[in-house]
Amino acid sequence: MTALAALTGYYLRSAFKSKFAVVFGAVQPLFYLVLFGPLLARSGVGSWDTFVPGVLVQLGLMSSGLVGFGIVFDQRFGVLERLRVTPVARFTLLLGRVLKDAVMLLVQAGAVVVIGYGFGLRAPLAGVLLGLLLITVLSVGLASLSYAAALTIKPELFPALVSTAVIPLMLLSGALLPMSLAPTWLDVVSRFTPFRYAVEALRSLFAGSYASSVVLWGSLVTLGFVAVGCVVGTRVFQRENT
Amino acid sequence: MIHVRGLTRSFGAVEAVRGVDVDVSEGEIVGFVGPNGAGKTTTLRMLTTLLRPTAGTAVVAGHDLFTDPAGVRRRIGYVSQNGTVGPFSEVGEELRLQARMYGMSRAEARERVSRLLSELDLEEAGTKLYAHLSGGQKRRVDIAMGLLHSPALLFLDEPTTGLDPQSRANLWDHVRRLREEAGMTVFLTTHYLEEADALCDRVLIIDHGRIVGSGTPAELKAAHGASTLDEVFLTVTGRELREGAAA
Ligand SMILES: Nc1ncnc2c1ncn2[C@@H]1O[C@H](COP(=O)(O)OP(=O)(O)OP(=O)(O)O)[C@@H](O)[C@H]1O
Ligand SMILES: [Mg+2]
Repeated sequence: MTALAALTGYYLRSAFKSKFAVVFGAVQPLFYLVLFGPLLARSGVGSWDTFVPGVLVQLGLMSSGLVGFGIVFDQRFGVLERLRVTPVARFTLLLGRVLKDAVMLLVQAGAVVVIGYGFGLRAPLAGVLLGLLLITVLSVGLASLSYAAALTIKPELFPALVSTAVIPLMLLSGALLPMSLAPTWLDVVSRFTPFRYAVEALRSLFAGSYASSVVLWGSLVTLGFVAVGCVVGTRVFQRENT
Repeated sequence: MIHVRGLTRSFGAVEAVRGVDVDVSEGEIVGFVGPNGAGKTTTLRMLTTLLRPTAGTAVVAGHDLFTDPAGVRRRIGYVSQNGTVGPFSEVGEELRLQARMYGMSRAEARERVSRLLSELDLEEAGTKLYAHLSGGQKRRVDIAMGLLHSPALLFLDEPTTGLDPQSRANLWDHVRRLREEAGMTVFLTTHYLEEADALCDRVLIIDHGRIVGSGTPAELKAAHGASTLDEVFLTVTGRELREGAAA
């Protein structure tokens, strides 16, 4: 417990030392919100209430999906090895980082929602809070997988590979435009990506319908995703680093 | 403290360590020497649970390396050959974090770190970034990392490389003191054979992944009719090379 608190506090302190990084992690989704949102809201195919949830999932992918890059330096400078030789559980070593990432995401997502309200978001507060919870949980899974990927693939490939992989995942989730507009094949493909369910659940929560089957599915898929992420992440932390 | 039989590790086709036997008793200071690429670091990384051996058995600090790595970790300290802190991290903060990994409270960590920094002549370093320290100061910070929890068994991989003679002598004193006062066992690698001679109770020589000589410095010198460990080293590792070439 001491170790987890110390690690999380340590990572949070270093993350917020660089305000720039906190803002920068959210900058792409913010562009979509500010420069694309107004178009969408007037196009008739979507409203701020359906668009902001999409931006939140996009934020999760962009911000938490790329966190693994930081661990590459820790590995190179011997920091990871130094921590791995202590008796702290490997899961704790992962969790300390991931909790930091979840807090970062929550702050960024909060900013997106506030700006969204400024533009014309009408979602009820309860729905928004539940949505933020869902997206934070999702980010835990994403961040774990991101660390696992960073420790597995060649460090020089990681940024290119992950930032490329994130784009189809984001588009297939229906974050920008609802998947109800998609041709059948695209709709089918999108059903194989976990983020679609999160987007739909968020939209439902933002619309104030909390007990819908969409919310149930979104929550189940997200929980499953987090479980997989944590197991894979812990495995990789347990593995030796050669 | 260390009981190892047939410890082996290969990386693909490279057999880095080939069946090493090591026994170290409590309170001993043992030097592990050998040419570049002989397998010293690989051996240390196996004994510190960082690398899984391909074969062999090992009990380290009373715990089985394979079945109880967490037990091993609790009782050992390890200072790796290449740094322990990122360049833009504050030294004191990193040390306090490491201390808390061993269960110290915030206050205990603060107290322990400041005492250790002053013991290692690093009072000034606590508030500095690692990148802003001199090479020798960095090395002493690395060493502090391994000493925070006063481990029963300490592994040091080339602890004195890059240290000036003064700091090196200080470190020797520190290591001796740890043994006298805390009964700490120390297993260290070095390329300075006069250091092994002065500091170590016993020296193991490794070459091409095999132990090719062992004994107290005096025994080794007597056995090879040499006046310095350097001569012993050259005879022992040179002969291995010739054998390898003949085979
Ligand atoms: N992660 C790794 N992957 C592949 N080969 C490795 C790895 N680590 C070490 N080796 C190889 O294993 C052999 C032993 O290396 P090791 O680092 O143990 O040597 P060493 O005795 O510590 O040398 P030095 O005195 O230079 O530090 C070398 O041939 C090295 O190239
Ligand atoms: Mg080495």
